Amino acid sequence: MTAPVSTTATAAAIALGDDALVLSHRLGEWAGHAPVLEEDVALANIALDLLGQARILLSMAGDEDELAYLREERAFRNVQLVEQPNGDFAHTIARQLYFSTYQSLLYGQLAGGDGAFAPLAAKAVKEVAYHQDHAEQWTLRLGDGTAESHERMQRGIDALWRFTGEMFRPVEGLGDSDGVNWEALREGWTESVTAVIEKATLTVPSGPQEGAWTAGAGRQGLHTESFGRMLAEMQHLHRSHPGASW
Amino acid sequence: MATAAEHQTARSEPGVTGTDAASTAAYESAFDAAVAADERIEPRDWMPDAYRASLVRQIAQHAHSEIIGMQPEANWITRAPSLRRKAILMAKVQDEAGHGLYLYSAAETLGTGRDELLDKLHSGRQKYSSIFNYPTLTWADVGAIGWLVDGAAITNQVPLCRCSYGPYARAMVRICKEESFHQRQGYESLLALSRGTEAQHAMAQDAVNRWWWPSLMMFGPPDDESSHSEQSMIWKIKRHSNDELRQRFVDICVPQAESLGLTLPDPDLSWNEERGHHDFGPIDWTEFWAVLKGNGPCNEQRITQRKSAHDEGAWVREAAAAFAAKHGEAKA
Repeated sequence: MTAPVSTTATAAAIALGDDALVLSHRLGEWAGHAPVLEEDVALANIALDLLGQARILLSMAGDEDELAYLREERAFRNVQLVEQPNGDFAHTIARQLYFSTYQSLLYGQLAGGDGAFAPLAAKAVKEVAYHQDHAEQWTLRLGDGTAESHERMQRGIDALWRFTGEMFRPVEGLGDSDGVNWEALREGWTESVTAVIEKATLTVPSGPQEGAWTAGAGRQGLHTESFGRMLAEMQHLHRSHPGASW
Repeated sequence: MATAAEHQTARSEPGVTGTDAASTAAYESAFDAAVAADERIEPRDWMPDAYRASLVRQIAQHAHSEIIGMQPEANWITRAPSLRRKAILMAKVQDEAGHGLYLYSAAETLGTGRDELLDKLHSGRQKYSSIFNYPTLTWADVGAIGWLVDGAAITNQVPLCRCSYGPYARAMVRICKEESFHQRQGYESLLALSRGTEAQHAMAQDAVNRWWWPSLMMFGPPDDESSHSEQSMIWKIKRHSNDELRQRFVDICVPQAESLGLTLPDPDLSWNEERGHHDFGPIDWTEFWAVLKGNGPCNEQRITQRKSAHDEGAWVREAAAAFAAKHGEAKA
């Protein structure tokens, strides 16, 4: 089915909700696989925060389970960054650094606005500050740790760079009252991420932040190949029992 | 009868060393008296080597069970059928990692280290609960684990809140609170399935059929075959025998199964008026020992995953240590 996008705010709730839902799912794949027990706790904790945000946002747009489990991949509106496979721990941390910095700035702006998202953002911004701190601390440790961790962290930072541009394209449904300044968001993000990468003794990638395919693609429902497989796993059980409640 | 205070005094008396026979005897009697008086033994107190070793074995095995126990449930995180159930399951698996951390800390107060304990788990020198060697084949297994496996764990662990070793007893108080919460959620999840569609009900019944007997095995071998039990009861590490706790668990589960609308897979299960308990059928101890010796359905898989998470994470731990050394940060 297609999401019931009836108002502009609904479109934004779905876009932001999908970001949180999909990233939460990816982090959930780490459970029991983390390098130290503390990270099993931390990654599950972040995943749980994001899932909580997703549930609130999707509920603003309709029925959370219908939206999560019964839409096909072309109807999902998350940025492509969050659907990228976990890769190694450095790859996951690079994805966290890029996305949590974005989310922190965006929710900070939304919390200061008068729109429908201000209450959610005011609560979520506290969670996101923790996620951002966690990602920054690990970027520093891995970048400025051993030769191997430095190399892996650089690889993660480089590999995901081309997915970062999509985050600064205005989200459909966020209007003037929501208080988002996209240009300021891009500047703030670039400044913050650059400072962390440099402090971690790493090099800020020089390539483009989006390509022909990634230009706003996720927000239009155009995703990368691994995403369909992720959804197949996520939705299988729910779809196998139509109409059941759990 | 010596009090804990006197016991402490005996421990810290200047000039007394544990090597001389007379003072060892004094320590021993102070220790025995403290245990007899239901006082808590603390990390800096003198304790018999065998008591220390027995606690390390038990607490480590308990910690290992928490972290291996994440796997059968985490197996369903990415397939949970609703966002609410997914959130509950993620929170539960997160709690289990936290319980593992509490318990490794408790074990560390006895002079061992987490690295050493993990090494023993990975090399098979220390065990974890046999229950986690069974596979989670359907979503209903997650509910059955919550109801039966967590239920059995709580029955076992509530008396440990009064264990003679303070750090272990205190860890158990925190853990039992969270476990009770998980157990109720598991029950509630099974209830939703049992009252759901025909296919959901069948899924719930099948899961209970597969998890019932392994849950009864969680209480360990019968009393006459339990090698550590007698000494553990004297030391008040353990308060009740395996068979006593198993009986208690059966008596709790029978009415719960009825209110769930599910049956327990035991034709011999019946109320015994004279004993005031439920009689139940014989446990397949051959299966129990086979699983314990490494030949259960998932033993190989569980350890392999644990080791690969650890091995693949080595470079991350090394990075954190190198960073800490450079920047004088506390070790991550």
